[in-house]
Amino acid sequence: MRYRPVNLGRWVLWGGTAVLLAVLPLVFTASATITLLSQMCTFIIFALAYNMLLGQGGMLSFGHAVYSGLGSYFAVHALNLIAKGSLALPVTLLPLVGGVAGVLFGVLFGYVTTRRAGTTFAMISLGIGEMVFACSLMFPGFFGGEGGITTNRVVGRPFLGVTYGPGVQVYYLIAIWLMLCMAAMFAWTQTPLGRMANAVRDNPERAEFIGYDPNMVRFLTLVISSFFAGVSGGLATINFEIVTAENVSALRSGGVLFATFIGGVGFFVGPIVGGIIFIYCVVSLSLFTKAWLLYLGLFFVGMVLYAPGGIASLVAMHVPVLRARLMHLLWRPYAAAAAAGLVLLAGIVTAVEVTYHYSLEGNINPQTSLAGIAFSVTDAAPWLAALALLAAGGASFAWAWRGVRRAWDAIMLQLQERAG
Amino acid sequence: MSTPAIELREVHKRFGKTQIINGVDLAVAQGERHAIIGPNGAGKSTLFNLISGRYPLTSGSILLNGEDVTGLQAFQINRKGLSRSFQVTNIFQRLSVFENIRCAVLWSLGYRYSFWHRLGGLKDANRRAEEVMERIGLAKRRNVPAGTLTYAEQRALEIGITIAGGASVILLDEPTAGMSRTETGHVVELVRTITEGKTLVMVEHDMGVVFGLADRISVLVYGEVLATGAPEEIRANPAVQEAYLGALHKETNHAGGSHA
Repeated sequence: MRYRPVNLGRWVLWGGTAVLLAVLPLVFTASATITLLSQMCTFIIFALAYNMLLGQGGMLSFGHAVYSGLGSYFAVHALNLIAKGSLALPVTLLPLVGGVAGVLFGVLFGYVTTRRAGTTFAMISLGIGEMVFACSLMFPGFFGGEGGITTNRVVGRPFLGVTYGPGVQVYYLIAIWLMLCMAAMFAWTQTPLGRMANAVRDNPERAEFIGYDPNMVRFLTLVISSFFAGVSGGLATINFEIVTAENVSALRSGGVLFATFIGGVGFFVGPIVGGIIFIYCVVSLSLFTKAWLLYLGLFFVGMVLYAPGGIASLVAMHVPVLRARLMHLLWRPYAAAAAAGLVLLAGIVTAVEVTYHYSLEGNINPQTSLAGIAFSVTDAAPWLAALALLAAGGASFAWAWRGVRRAWDAIMLQLQERAG
Repeated sequence: MSTPAIELREVHKRFGKTQIINGVDLAVAQGERHAIIGPNGAGKSTLFNLISGRYPLTSGSILLNGEDVTGLQAFQINRKGLSRSFQVTNIFQRLSVFENIRCAVLWSLGYRYSFWHRLGGLKDANRRAEEVMERIGLAKRRNVPAGTLTYAEQRALEIGITIAGGASVILLDEPTAGMSRTETGHVVELVRTITEGKTLVMVEHDMGVVFGLADRISVLVYGEVLATGAPEEIRANPAVQEAYLGALHKETNHAGGSHA
């Protein structure tokens, strides 16, 4: 066996990520885009932390926003204390306050939740999420009630000219924390505890007979995951300067599950991909259409049904094909399926948008437009167009998909022949 | 006489109203290879589950190297030097062969719940895992996910995980179950070498394996030990022959059994 002292590919990958993070705000200079990037980076930390549970530890949590959200709350109070001058902590290190809060509540709640695995764990995590959300409305002194707690991140003396006033400074703060957290969480997957989390996920019973207490493995995994969730919460506080009950809500917990799942729980990069897509959808899609949640839901259902391994697994599927230089067999069927898929998508979008507009403002203002084409939803034309697109798209996609299937069957056969 | 490796005193186990283990007394000496045989439903697997801490006892006590381990959790008993395999293969399906074995050596080498060691840098753990893979003949299958191994390979991995931690007392639950004659031969050789200098307790249905490997045999019938002794004594024991072995003997002889 060989141990390679320097893993070149890994250095290139991490170095490239760092460079990319550094260059992004130079390319996208609009302040809205920089806020979006900051939001993505914050969320990626949260999703990676969540995947320590779901992907690596096999724990399906419906309440992980509790740890990031409480991290946010503790960070916002700490920030206000810094502003009053009663806490001497640079804003740069504020995320640590969130992380410590995450650990404390991870210890407290995790002790209860990690006694059990599987469905029971999922149920208890849901219960604790609801409990904390209820508390956030019951104790307005700490949680700020409906309005939440606001703050101002520009406090203390500037350090080397950094005030965290401009969004780009906040972005770089978040990007540095993201790099640190990503590296730490990746390193964790290569430690004895990280590997035993995989073992307990696969077979908790057998883990007991090689000397490990599966509850303890789950508990420690949850506490460590809560630390990173809390750090992400602290960064969110700095980015938004407001923390509300939404930060600990089931909606947030569901969002991170959603993002992690579509990215792919079986791969370290899965939650990164998922986090980027999810935040982009939440922030940008919601500007274009009122039906964005519906699209997100349809996308999720589609992924669960047809690609349960997430986007990362779809990419990974093609690695052996690339190695065997067989990709040329796939381009044509893929192009056909993509063309048909676009028609189908256009059909779905037309149907959804027309229906939304009709039910929301059909009798006030039936005029609307889609892709630059103006029409009235009270006419038959847009409905017929939607139906036609759906029918044509559906039929041609079904046909094109058979081509994709055939190509894959042929590739599998070839790969097997080469292997055997 | 030195302390027995395992000692069972008046062990009872009831599931609801059903008495499964009914007052078992058993002592296995250090370094002994001990087989437990008996008809289906005699409670052999239950006995293993009690010794290894999978189930709690209803009454009685169990001593491991003279220390009372009654009521301890499975992982606590494992840490005291007892390791077991399972009749139905019980491995980490999605981890590779190498990772399966390495997980099994971590605790015994003191890495516990560490999240400050890098697995790749644990020379002792990696070396030990490689050795065990070599021993169970799976070195070539190093990076294959355990769930995709063949049945016989999974059984070998099952034994590998059991011995990897270097436990001094090893419990094997039907290591040759479902195997062909050649495969069985390999397993017998494997079990013989890996239990060198250790204490072995095994449940086994294949009488060829039992009489070939065991120093002593206990016959379990309806949750009670009918007889314990050297293989010749057991074979000659009329009560055993009547209750169990006679019938089995005839069967295997007719099938061309090799041990008669």
